[in-house]
Amino acid sequence: MEFQPQYKITMSYTLRSLLRTVSRKLQVRSYAAEAAAPKEGEMAFTFAAGNKVFYDKQVVKQVDVPSFSGAFGILPKHVPTLAVLKPGVVTVTENDGKQSKIFVSSGTITVNEDSSVQVLAEEAHPLENLDRAAAQEALSKAQSEFNSAANEQAKAEAAIAVEVAEEIVKAASA
Amino acid sequence: MVVNHQQSRNMATLKAISIRLKSVKNIQKITQSMKMVSAAKYTRAERELKAARPYGEGAVQFYEKAEVAPPEDEPKQLFIAMTSDRGLCGAVHTGVSKVIRTRLSEPGAENIKVICVGDKSRAILQRLYSKHIISVCNEIGRLPPTFLDAARIANAIMTSGYDFGSGKIIYNKFKSVVSYAQSNLPLFSRNAVESAPKLAVYDSLDSDVLQSYMEFSLASMLFYALKEGACSEQSSRMTAMDNASKNAGEMIDKLTLTFNRTRQAVITRELIEIISGAAALD
Repeated sequence: MEFQPQYKITMSYTLRSLLRTVSRKLQVRSYAAEAAAPKEGEMAFTFAAGNKVFYDKQVVKQVDVPSFSGAFGILPKHVPTLAVLKPGVVTVTENDGKQSKIFVSSGTITVNEDSSVQVLAEEAHPLENLDRAAAQEALSKAQSEFNSAANEQAKAEAAIAVEVAEEIVKAASA
Repeated sequence: MVVNHQQSRNMATLKAISIRLKSVKNIQKITQSMKMVSAAKYTRAERELKAARPYGEGAVQFYEKAEVAPPEDEPKQLFIAMTSDRGLCGAVHTGVSKVIRTRLSEPGAENIKVICVGDKSRAILQRLYSKHIISVCNEIGRLPPTFLDAARIANAIMTSGYDFGSGKIIYNKFKSVVSYAQSNLPLFSRNAVESAPKLAVYDSLDSDVLQSYMEFSLASMLFYALKEGACSEQSSRMTAMDNASKNAGEMIDKLTLTFNRTRQAVITRELIEIISGAAALD
């Protein structure tokens, strides 16, 4: 099926979304091929951490990320931007509506002009792998370190540890 | 010395040959077990590298897509040599050092500074280019690299006080068990990024975000380069040690042959002596 370029522009949204559902169905069948070459208007999402790769150039529906300038959601054709990850939960909504929640400690978010999105985290783990009791323990340890910190640098480092531990506790108890 | 002297007359004694044979056998045992160890380490490194690849590619994407170019008015460059402390692994370290050495022997080298990651690159570069080296990181290569290592190196670069305009991370890119090639990742200063032609399309940037972003992406790139380097090193050590074991095997074969021949010669000589002694008495 080939469209003339003018026709393509005026193509109604219903038709387009119909096409998209079809392509989504195809995607289930040949996921690897589809993931390798995301089409125009879809976002190629890469989510990698030092310990694991969660998504590699896969097409997803939406990504919600916590950043220092506030949490925001990324949909396809998001305006290009750079941001710095804050400790918190990244929520990825895949094309079939499945949501996965992954906790990240720190890292970067890049949204490029061609709609490709890279989330790079220092360390990331799925929410179900977090242990609340261990997180609580880490939090109290970080707090005591913060209180006994001798110099500015140690204090700043402990403050970061406290922040991360607080977020883990919050995420694990949610 | 004694062995050499006797060999030059082609009359090595049995004792000398058996000592040599034993030492070559020991060497073969060592190289064989080193091969086994690096094979185990290699499987792990390769598994980890697979996970680190999208990470490294993701970190470079922004610089490629924003078309960041080295600033023309800032000639200062920084080269980072990604090697390790351990040798006996083929040309892994020399390859990286050679890339830098070639660049340093070209004109304009006075604006280049080098950071050596791993003792090996320092050992190679320090004799001729010691004034270019600003810092050295060691204790690399004993354990698999972690993000913390990368973060520490990034911190050392950031606090080195050297204001470079652009630079390169030179590392070995792993291709397969038998091949790797020197490759590089780009480094840029903040000014270079800020003057990139396509930076304007990126929304809501402030200098704080950019600074943090660049710091983290530097650590990510270093992490990726460390992983690639570690994997190439282990695979190359595996090949090197395999070759060494083979060579030792050949040497053992030759020495055993000489040993047996000499032993036979000794027996024959003694027999002749006895027989001719007995004949003289008759």
